Amino acid sequence: MALKGIDLDVEQGDFFALLGPNGAGKSTTIGIVTSLITKTSGEVKIFDIDLSTSPEKAKSYLGLVPQEFNFNGFEQVENILLTQAGYYGIPKKEAAPRVEQLLHQLDLWDKRFTPSRSLSGGMKRRLMIARALVHQPKLLILDEPTAGVDIELRRSMWQFLQEINAQGTTIILTTHYLEEAENLCRNIAIIDHGSIIENTDMKSLLNRLDKEVFILDLKQPLPDNIDLSGLAIHQLDSKTLELELKRDDIINNIFTRLTQQGIEISSMKNKANRLEELFLALVDRTSPNV
Amino acid sequence: MKAPEVHHWVAFTTLLTREIRRFIRIWPQTLLPPAITMTLYFIIFGNLIGSRIGEMSGFSYMEYIAPGIIMMAVINNAYANVASSFFSAKFQNHIEELLVAPIPNYLILVGYIAGGAARGLLVGLIVTLVSLFFTTLPIQHIFITLSMVVLSAIMFALGGFINAIYAKNFDEIAIIPTFILTPLTYLGGIFYSIDLLPDFWQQASLFNPILYMVNAFRYGMLGVSDIPVSIAFSIIIFCIIGLSSFALYLLNKGTGLRH
Repeated sequence: MALKGIDLDVEQGDFFALLGPNGAGKSTTIGIVTSLITKTSGEVKIFDIDLSTSPEKAKSYLGLVPQEFNFNGFEQVENILLTQAGYYGIPKKEAAPRVEQLLHQLDLWDKRFTPSRSLSGGMKRRLMIARALVHQPKLLILDEPTAGVDIELRRSMWQFLQEINAQGTTIILTTHYLEEAENLCRNIAIIDHGSIIENTDMKSLLNRLDKEVFILDLKQPLPDNIDLSGLAIHQLDSKTLELELKRDDIINNIFTRLTQQGIEISSMKNKANRLEELFLALVDRTSPNV
Repeated sequence: MKAPEVHHWVAFTTLLTREIRRFIRIWPQTLLPPAITMTLYFIIFGNLIGSRIGEMSGFSYMEYIAPGIIMMAVINNAYANVASSFFSAKFQNHIEELLVAPIPNYLILVGYIAGGAARGLLVGLIVTLVSLFFTTLPIQHIFITLSMVVLSAIMFALGGFINAIYAKNFDEIAIIPTFILTPLTYLGGIFYSIDLLPDFWQQASLFNPILYMVNAFRYGMLGVSDIPVSIAFSIIIFCIIGLSSFALYLLNKGTGLRH
């Protein structure tokens, strides 16, 4: 996907989400920043260092976790990390303790002598994170790091990334799991058809939601003579209601009215992730009619 | 914020070590076959057929072909190492590790070429040791012998690198060795002196760069050559400069590597 004049600033220390549908230009943007794609025009600066005029300096700040597995499948896990450190000019003696620490942190120590092709999918993802961190980059770019990873591992990776960010590493994340972006990132840009269509902080973006939809699970089946007039409530089945809550609505009033009619609510959840709703609305707005 | 200092020497030795570790790890594919093939050459061409051929340029046929066989092993292995290693790195995408890292392109080139030359020279040493079971190798000019074998390994490693840059599949790294390198090697005066050829083929042989390498290497060992050694050195240095400039140009342009 060709980019159309993207202008994007990520603050030092930020945890930044770059979102967009498939083929929107996320990977092209990351490819240009990491020099895997040659840009035809424009300027990329990493901590104020121009990537075109001082590529080595600029690249020394950078760690990349790509979308696809891209390590030598025949190399052992430990060697992959030591080699990566070497590429960044870190001698083996200095790199070895860092490698050991990362392998322990990412639960790969027992696999250090295993050829990388023999690792499970989740282990390979963790190996790519370890490899990207071995030279202690100031900027870590993660291109869908949790794709295909089970929920338990995904959550442990979130925690690990939050710790890394708290220690001062700037993180740029692309993901299709919008819950992930909402939980982790402070600022967000949404890209579609090669252009940035939104670039703001997460809180402001979420505040723009003028309504939220909740699913209410009832303790007892809904009586036939129930009066739901004036409420944006739809009955999904005998024990489930869908409630549309506008920004100015007061949820207590709605619950009081339901309680007065003898309706007991056993649980309540968002119908969809809040960011997901916004994302779909924004992307839909820029999509050509088909 | 001060950028971390990148030590290029460490990056270079890391790349070279990785390349050496690769061809040693797969030694049954890289080191053993040339030892067996060249042993067969010595037995069949040197011993069985050579004993009926008699002397060539004042040496037994076995002595005469030994430098050429060593050089053939060096050339083939230096070429094959870089072609297969660099193409595999592209194929598995782990070339991205190098492209993202703060390593200048010339260092990527030097690292791969050094790795290819290392395999070529190691195989050359193995074949030299094998040849000592069949013949003696009197080295007349040690500097010429060593410099020619090192320069030849570098030159063909560069050839393998350019081949790998352009290759889009494994077939394309086999085409050049099969259809160009092997014929040029066999027609490069390994098994005969070009004095034995008719005039036209003598002149045609002079366009084959391998002829110069084999003869200069043979001159270093035996003291005989079909061509002036100074011309051999000039040609090979010219080729190295040309090939390395072209390889660096391709790397800088990102041909076959960057989108």
